[in-house]
Amino acid sequence: MTRLRTEEFLVNMGPHHPSTHGVCRLILTMDGEKVIAIEPVIGYLHRAIEKICENRTYPMCTPLMDRFEYVTAMAADHVYALAVEKLAGLEVPERAEYLRVIMVELNRIASHLIFWGVTAMDIGAYTPFLYGLREREDIVDLFEMTCGQRLTYNYIRIGGVSQDIPPEFVPQCRAFIKKMWSKFSDYEGLLNENPIWLARTKGIGVLKPETAIAYGASGPVLRASGVKYDVRRDDPYSVYDKFDFDIPTQKSGDSYDRFIQRIDEIKESLKIIEQALDNLPEGDIRAKLKPKFKPPEGEVYSRIESARGEMGCYVRSDGTVKPVRVKLRGSSFNHLMLMPIVGVDCLIADLVAIFATMDIIMPEVDR
Amino acid sequence: MSTPLLAVGELHGVFKSLHELLVSLGLPQPWQSVVMYAALGVTVFGVLSLLALFLVWWERKIAGHIQQRFGPMRVGWHGWYQTVMDALKLLQKEDVRIDTRDRVVFFWAPVVCFVAAFLAYVVMPFGNGLIVADLNIGILYVMAVTTFTVISLLMAGWGSNNKYALLGGMRSAAQVVSYEVPMVVSLLAVILYVGSLSMVDIVESQSGWFNWFIFRVPFGPIAFVTYTISAVAEANRTPFDIPEAEQELVAGYNIEYSGMKFAMFFLAEFVNMFTVSAIATTVFLGGWNGPWLPSWLWFLGKTLFMVFLLMLFRWTYPRLRVDQLMEFAWKFLVPVTFANLILAGIVKHLGWGWWE
Repeated sequence: MTRLRTEEFLVNMGPHHPSTHGVCRLILTMDGEKVIAIEPVIGYLHRAIEKICENRTYPMCTPLMDRFEYVTAMAADHVYALAVEKLAGLEVPERAEYLRVIMVELNRIASHLIFWGVTAMDIGAYTPFLYGLREREDIVDLFEMTCGQRLTYNYIRIGGVSQDIPPEFVPQCRAFIKKMWSKFSDYEGLLNENPIWLARTKGIGVLKPETAIAYGASGPVLRASGVKYDVRRDDPYSVYDKFDFDIPTQKSGDSYDRFIQRIDEIKESLKIIEQALDNLPEGDIRAKLKPKFKPPEGEVYSRIESARGEMGCYVRSDGTVKPVRVKLRGSSFNHLMLMPIVGVDCLIADLVAIFATMDIIMPEVDR
Repeated sequence: MSTPLLAVGELHGVFKSLHELLVSLGLPQPWQSVVMYAALGVTVFGVLSLLALFLVWWERKIAGHIQQRFGPMRVGWHGWYQTVMDALKLLQKEDVRIDTRDRVVFFWAPVVCFVAAFLAYVVMPFGNGLIVADLNIGILYVMAVTTFTVISLLMAGWGSNNKYALLGGMRSAAQVVSYEVPMVVSLLAVILYVGSLSMVDIVESQSGWFNWFIFRVPFGPIAFVTYTISAVAEANRTPFDIPEAEQELVAGYNIEYSGMKFAMFFLAEFVNMFTVSAIATTVFLGGWNGPWLPSWLWFLGKTLFMVFLLMLFRWTYPRLRVDQLMEFAWKFLVPVTFANLILAGIVKHLGWGWWE
């Protein structure tokens, strides 16, 4: 009698697959349900944003940044504005800085809410997705009230912000913060202690801190592994040094920790927004730019803490109206490259959970 | 072979006049029975198809309200004929058949699935005397035919020639076969107590106040809970919906099906959900027994309550992983149900029940 032979087989997970959050393609080598090797294939969402920037004037690049990271478009606007301001030595009015912080933190909350819902959905619980989007809706309403846009804001401009907040913004924002604080018990009751949820996420996809650092992971993924690193605290930009907030970290770096990490970060962001609203100064919202904005020759790199991790922008100028080179750093790329390390030797269902808790969005990978 | 006249209870009048018509037409005896059974079959099939359409709508409404939205609202009052329109849409859709499919298996999979879903209703007591055939091995028959579904899922997985579909088919085979064991053993506790496999006998033994098996502490509630858990797995629903886990296998076994073939899988899923709920009603919730209201209304109400419970599970819980699912069945449910079976035997033998 001959022994039954089993074969490894290849599965193309993506580019069209419900849980790759966009057009990511993972080539999986599988032994039955078990994933043996992963090879990420990128480039399906490449739109040459960096190259297009070279043919545009500096202010014209801002809308492209919204497309670079559309889940937290405010952060992408912010990192580009910071780079160009550093290059040109522009002084940003304090009110504009505060508005930027409020908007970026609101956007971070919105992004984490999407993460919360989508991760739950990837692990099979459909309802949290709608709950997450319900709270996000209030944030999006605030953005719409401020700049008229709900996804790609084009709000944070070089030298300041595009327009001042309307008078009803502050009370509505405070109402949202109050509501959000009361929602955490719902969130925690629905998933945090659910035995199925714990079985699906605890000890799954453990990312060791040294691996995370070696692969350039940042943001919640790095902090969930226990490394206390946050650009807002370690390399303060804008007015973040004026706020009192904690950098939450977790211990084990598994999927559950990455999930909890984001909920903790929402709480810290709420604290920052509360302080910013309390201390919001009066004054201008934008520095005066010359009609033909020409930063001096030179190169500059700016970095911020976006919802996904460290986001960077490198700009080189030759003194003309157009940048010579714009290079963007998105942390999703590093996190995607972690998948072949973290995601192997687990079942395909775990792979989905790990991919979801990495919170990868594809435009940030492909640009 | 006798005519199934007496078995149809409250529909007695209608079927009696049909029978008289056949006699007056001078139809010979075997054909009389054939026509009568066909009429019964069409009735049951029609009612259940309508019920399945209703369940689809109901699930969408429940999901909507759990998720703080409305669900279907556009077609009719609160979207009541949304599923009818969906079925019409699916009828018009192109039947996409990939070239690399296994032609025979691919074609027959939805048919087998659809037919298997309805087979159990031959012995289902919808009300007092409202039953197609009161087989003396009723519940054994139900257990046997509900397992047909797994064959169709395997067929769909194999015939589609798609890796995701194959994974889904294999998962469903493993899952349904595993959960069949605790399901049958938890029903066995009740069968052991009643001493009959007939569905009617089981229901009749539960007549009277608080005589339902779910109230018969200790073994009744335990069997009910283990049965309900296995039933959710049997019906392939969250948290045990791994055969069609959307986020892992895209759609699992039915990934390559479109149009009406997909609709058949879809409707069969809802009929299966109703089947497992109806069995729970018959065996644990006293079947048609209940005061004041007509018996079929009690049966329907209790079954819909069970269906509602399954829907609540689906829209609240995350999904288990395939190995955790197996561990749960073999390491937890099977020992518990066997222990419960022994407990039921002891209770019966010593006559400890407070209801005696």
